Amino acid sequence: MSDKGLIKRIAYNVPANDFKAAGKSSSSIKSNLKAIGIDARILRKIAIISYEAEINIVIHSYGGNLYCDLYEDKIVIVSEDKGPGIPDIEKAMTEGFSTASESVRELGFGAGMGLPNMKRYSDEFEIESSENGTVIKITILI
Amino acid sequence: MKSSELAKSLNLTLLVDVESEIHIEGVYIGDLLSIVMAKAKNNYAWITIQTHINIIAVAELLELSCIIIVENMEVDNDTLDKAKELNIPIFKTEKTAYEIACILYDMGIK
Repeated sequence: MSDKGLIKRIAYNVPANDFKAAGKSSSSIKSNLKAIGIDARILRKIAIISYEAEINIVIHSYGGNLYCDLYEDKIVIVSEDKGPGIPDIEKAMTEGFSTASESVRELGFGAGMGLPNMKRYSDEFEIESSENGTVIKITILI
Repeated sequence: MKSSELAKSLNLTLLVDVESEIHIEGVYIGDLLSIVMAKAKNNYAWITIQTHINIIAVAELLELSCIIIVENMEVDNDTLDKAKELNIPIFKTEKTAYEIACILYDMGIK
């Protein structure tokens, strides 16, 4: 994906296992986009996508970054983490499949809907994963 | 209506009061956050047994009208503090999700 036409990038550091702060970056993305007049229907999609991406970094990774890239005709949410990667992406994309621990599930996470929700509400969905990390790029046309 | 009026008519304990009026346009019942994220909508009342601080992030992102904690679950102080900060009303009751849903239905929320 080229950076041609990129108007603005907002970046967030998302630490691993910080459940108290989880959702903070997504809220900030939403309020930033709301402030520039992005339509409520698009905001809802972005809130769902960025929340799932953020929670996945918190639950499953060693930490990472979440980006919101604003273009003239689209918004791209990019999630980059430091590993350990997803061994079987196809399985991870299956609704209801989750590797989250029992303690995390008790808090209401780990429904196995994270990646499927991200894909469902996106216009384009790309995922790459190795043991060094997972990169997800989600495009929402505006 | 005011949070206090809703608390009174549903016989709920008001844990976090807010200044603004509550408008309930729908109801969603669920305890798995990802599913609530995908299904609940703006101005919905959310009925749940989850009490962890992250329910506030979900309510804020979806712009829900309020959270109703059922089955008398103990709510973390962190959750209440965050709800106050973000102006999200929280109620609590010993009733079940189904009982509360029925009352809301009878109030005309369908």
